[in-house]
Amino acid sequence: MKRVNAVVIGAGAAGGIVAKELSVAGLSVVLLERGKWYTANDCHKDDLRNQRTTVLGNAFGPEDEGNPRVWVDSKGVARTVLPSEGSYQNNAACVGGGTLSYGAQAWRYLPQDFRMRSTYGEPAGSSLEDWPISYDDLEPFYEKAEYEIGISGDYSGTPFHGPRKRPLPMPPLPPGREFGILEPAAKRLGLHPFHIPMARNSVPYNGRGPCMRCRWCVGFACEVDAKNGSQNTVIPIALNTGNCELRTECMAKEILTDDRGRARGVSYFDERGHLKEQLSDIVVVSSCATESARLLLNSKSRLFPDGLGNRHDQVGRNLQGHHYTGAVGFFDFETYDDVGPGATIAISDYNHGTPGLCGGGMLANEFIRLPIHMIDRLPEKTPRWGLGHKQAMRHWHKRTIVIMGPTQQIPTAEGRVTLDPAVRDKWGLPVVRLSGNVHPHTFEIGEVQAKRAQAWLKEAGAVDTSLMSYKAEQVSAGQHQAGTCRMGNDPQNSVVNRHCQIHDVDNLFVIDSSVHVTNGGFNPVLTIMAIAYFATDALVRNWKGTDFRS
Amino acid sequence: MPKNREPGILTRRQFVAASALGGAVIAIGCSPGKQGNWEFLSEDQARTLAAICDQIIPADDFPSASQAGVLNYIDRQLIRHFRGHQDDYRNGLEQAQTMSRKRFGQDLELLTQQQQFEIVSDLSAQDRTFFELVRSHTMEGYYGSPRHGGNRDAVSWRMLGLPEPPPLGRSQYDLGKGPA
Repeated sequence: MKRVNAVVIGAGAAGGIVAKELSVAGLSVVLLERGKWYTANDCHKDDLRNQRTTVLGNAFGPEDEGNPRVWVDSKGVARTVLPSEGSYQNNAACVGGGTLSYGAQAWRYLPQDFRMRSTYGEPAGSSLEDWPISYDDLEPFYEKAEYEIGISGDYSGTPFHGPRKRPLPMPPLPPGREFGILEPAAKRLGLHPFHIPMARNSVPYNGRGPCMRCRWCVGFACEVDAKNGSQNTVIPIALNTGNCELRTECMAKEILTDDRGRARGVSYFDERGHLKEQLSDIVVVSSCATESARLLLNSKSRLFPDGLGNRHDQVGRNLQGHHYTGAVGFFDFETYDDVGPGATIAISDYNHGTPGLCGGGMLANEFIRLPIHMIDRLPEKTPRWGLGHKQAMRHWHKRTIVIMGPTQQIPTAEGRVTLDPAVRDKWGLPVVRLSGNVHPHTFEIGEVQAKRAQAWLKEAGAVDTSLMSYKAEQVSAGQHQAGTCRMGNDPQNSVVNRHCQIHDVDNLFVIDSSVHVTNGGFNPVLTIMAIAYFATDALVRNWKGTDFRS
Repeated sequence: MPKNREPGILTRRQFVAASALGGAVIAIGCSPGKQGNWEFLSEDQARTLAAICDQIIPADDFPSASQAGVLNYIDRQLIRHFRGHQDDYRNGLEQAQTMSRKRFGQDLELLTQQQQFEIVSDLSAQDRTFFELVRSHTMEGYYGSPRHGGNRDAVSWRMLGLPEPPPLGRSQYDLGKGPA
């Protein structure tokens, strides 16, 4: 097989951008993806089998057969779990990764989110740390992501955002009924509501039309291709350069190294299960936090007996996602308009600045609900089954608003990905073993956030409310998974440097949410994209032909 | 079929799809070595399960769980995504019958509505795991997508006042078709 300049492993939010930037710069690129390439034709609007409601499996991978993981709960009990189970902490396995089917909230983190330790210290038992880069370093790349991927929304209603040079490229979608109910209520409370930034066309953009506002949004591939992910933006550009080859249904086995300790390519199983080697000058791992860590740990050799980048036992640590809490409000009038995407209004007044709390998070109304989402979200005294339940479904389905948000997690070194010593996947590779729990202070913040959501709903006229607040029994990761290959200046307590380069292997990079030091109080995808642009910008500048040295 | 369905809304394409689906059901019913209309359940098990499902979602002016096809949904998945629960169903349904015979001297499906309610209440207390399983599957079958055999004619969505059929974009696919 022909040697190339770069192999990128994973065609998701970050991998797509890396492939595009490198191939546009003239490098030859092979983009490996373990899943398939789906299109708008694969949007089946299936309420029971999509990427969010998985009672009949994941629509966009991985499939349950042959892809197990092991989950160790907070009491130390280990069990094997499948991709359609929540405790698997799945994201997706397909071209576009999570961006094919996500809700597409496209937030910039706040400047304080990059300085969590300087702002709040280090809560006991945590690994809270500052990033080695700042909001200002990322700002031009946030902007690039907003324009290349295509973001709609309007930040003008809130002072709580970092400095920005240009407005978003598209206006927000026209507000839905919930916006009209929640906006004046938030203002009466002295808050600053605004239109959520979304990777979704509100007007024609990038050669595709706008959102048709259907009910099947988060968890589904967009039927009219108005949702913007890497699969319909950067990856087609990469392929059009003629420099990038996308190989789907290819599962990376390990990163190959030479006897000088440099990466020399990747071995992988192709779509027929045959083991192949793709040699390259550089290797970029963009497989999402859990799977990137697994690949590095599975890449063992004489020089790297504990896996690549793992000389100081840091790979897989600080795994984090978001601790979602909020409240359900019940109204004596119809709040539901059956107009997607549903999530329209947010506040970021509570992300920082509450005495006694190390951070907080954004609060927003929930994506448009499917009937199946309501069965356990009815008022607290509703019978769980029988005529009372059926009639409550009928009464409340259109009279409910859910507000919730991603509480920023306090990371810990014990929340981690390791390799399971016994369980193997269908290729015979050791699988991800998830262990640890969310730091207890995160639960305290989440509880306060839930009460804030409740207060907003009450102000909006809710006649009844119920809190959605809980204490997880396991580490949180899921679709917002991050943190397993922390970015830092000190090789003792981080895995990659500020440009996402493994500390002791100069032609090996991890570019995805794995490098997040902390995960903000927002959906992480735009930050993943901005970092991909930031890191490849440095990579291309330092590229000196095949004899790559940084 | 509920009254509020607008006439003439069934396109030729949907009609053909509906006929094809009907054909598939008949084909399954006639498959060799298999009695009755079910892929996994026996006729006895199906009657017991129908009684339990119809206590979880009873009929009012909209259909009950079994009337809306929830048994089709559960039965179909018991040899697919729920096949790990085959024993749970075998044992759970048998237990429900045992409880019914012990307390009222006859099979669950022959009891009055009130008696069935009492048995299912007892079941939910005595075998919470099985009851919760059936509850989840019943809710999924009733409120989920019609393409899996439940929620016949999108009846629960009509009940909630949701427009049906929904707006379509490119309509390049067949919403009635099961997973590839």
